[in-house]
Amino acid sequence: MFYIDGFRAMTLGRTLWAIIGIKLFIMFAVLKIFFFPNLLNSRFDKSEEKSAFVADQLTQKK
Amino acid sequence: MTSATTALDPSLIDWSRAQFALTAIYHWLFVPLTLGLGVIMAIMETLYVKTADPKWRRTTRFWQKIFGINFAIGVATGIILEFEFGTNWSNYSWFVGDIFGAPLAIEGIFAFFMEATFIAVMFFGWDKVSKGFHLASTWLTTVGATLSALWILVANAWMQHPVGMRFNPDTVRNEMVDFWALVFSPVAVNKFFHTVFSAWMLGAVVVIGISSWFLLKKREIPFALDSIKVSALVGLIGILLTMSTGDGSAYHVAARQPMKLAAMEGLYDGTRGAGMTALGIINYEKKYDDDKPPMFWELSFPKLLSLLATHKIDGYVPGVRDIVSGGYPAANGKTEPSMSEKIRRGKLAIAALADYRTAKKAGNADAARLAKAHLDENFAYFGYGYFNTPHDAVPNVPLVFYSFRVMVGLGIYFLLFFPLALLLVKRRRFEHLRWLQWVSLFSIPLAYIASQAGWIVAEVGRQPWAIQDILPVMAAVSNIGTGSVQLTFFIFLVLFTVLLAAELRIMTKQIQAGPETAEEEH
Repeated sequence: MFYIDGFRAMTLGRTLWAIIGIKLFIMFAVLKIFFFPNLLNSRFDKSEEKSAFVADQLTQKK
Repeated sequence: MTSATTALDPSLIDWSRAQFALTAIYHWLFVPLTLGLGVIMAIMETLYVKTADPKWRRTTRFWQKIFGINFAIGVATGIILEFEFGTNWSNYSWFVGDIFGAPLAIEGIFAFFMEATFIAVMFFGWDKVSKGFHLASTWLTTVGATLSALWILVANAWMQHPVGMRFNPDTVRNEMVDFWALVFSPVAVNKFFHTVFSAWMLGAVVVIGISSWFLLKKREIPFALDSIKVSALVGLIGILLTMSTGDGSAYHVAARQPMKLAAMEGLYDGTRGAGMTALGIINYEKKYDDDKPPMFWELSFPKLLSLLATHKIDGYVPGVRDIVSGGYPAANGKTEPSMSEKIRRGKLAIAALADYRTAKKAGNADAARLAKAHLDENFAYFGYGYFNTPHDAVPNVPLVFYSFRVMVGLGIYFLLFFPLALLLVKRRRFEHLRWLQWVSLFSIPLAYIASQAGWIVAEVGRQPWAIQDILPVMAAVSNIGTGSVQLTFFIFLVLFTVLLAAELRIMTKQIQAGPETAEEEH
């Protein structure tokens, strides 16, 4: 109820929610998807593969 | 440096660090105001509930709007740091995953449930819930924000002083074995209080500065003076506790990150009864292994550094050269090995990890056991194995040195500012002193500079470590294209600058509108 009544009565809040919405859209729908994939999750499915990859990275074996 | 790390574009590390620093700096513009203003508005509402004087309701509602603007613009900006962990710092993320996972998960739960629930009551619940419940919601919003900060700072403190974990060579991850050792690590406890109290100080400066703007404009004078009374007291408590916990920080840094302390002081040659440089001009070209003077000029307090760092007037404080040479008594009473020895043992640890995994793959249990023993024996120095020379272990001394002086210098300024503001507002002099009102207004950016300088000391001072002693940034970084990091650096620069401009524009408009009248409220 607070949310519903509050949102209806908002003046300044509308601008802020618009900024929040645009910001979250840019962050999650643009930046996260196109620029910030989780490197290990995008390359490997299994934990063992991720461990092996990082171990290779850390021990300098290719 | 070993082959794979030399294969990295050196600028990749710098750009990845720059991007992380940029996002952290912008994120930290919003967080301390949330923490500091939260306490101030909660005290104002407490006064309203206790006195039933409508002036406190009006005052609270105005500062809640400023809080709301800052919260709305800043919310979720910290998530970008987590994006960067997964993409730019994937080795690090995997290596620490289990340790970071718990505090960050708790932070997410607190941030989402506590803040989202009570912030709605705080903003929308006036006259819809009882005064007591509304007040509780305001306090719980502030407590929720502070607890969110706690878990982030616990995670950060672990990177400065890794405790409560065990490295598992099968998963190549650090696994938590003692959650409470993480939470109650003296570094974490001190860092949390130091950060939160400094945020109170920043919030207080913002309130006094904006209130002074009203005084300069000769508007809302009673409202402005009431706001200054509350915030000057919060600021005074905040700065006293910030300084007290800062002393604790120096002590822990001396014990656990002596290189950071040496950089903070521009100290190359250690000594007993070391003096503390109050002001100085550092020699940018100085290296630990040359004979150039570390300072062109300095003004020092005798013995003070030893007293702060060891709590003994003649305590030994090592300089950069001593930390490289080793052989000095460490805080744990043992003789500290030389940097060359640490590098040697680090390389043994890295080789042992490789041998262990090869042996496990081949099913050779004896060889795996032997390699594991070598790894355990040398793991404390694992990260040193990525260095070629001791130069790699030295942070940017001038940047840390000057940032420390900016932080402390401004801290001393605020230690004088708050009692003066409190005294003059109590004696009804503040409203007549225009110079003080201008000083208060221009103190707002100084509070942010002090806060950011503190983080530069903490984070640049611990370089090259992502995790102290066990993972340097050169090993933590993902081997991705430098161009993509540069591109996203500039995207963030634009995004955050737009957000900051939006915050300033909306906030300025709201401040100019002033507190609501009774008619406007309804």
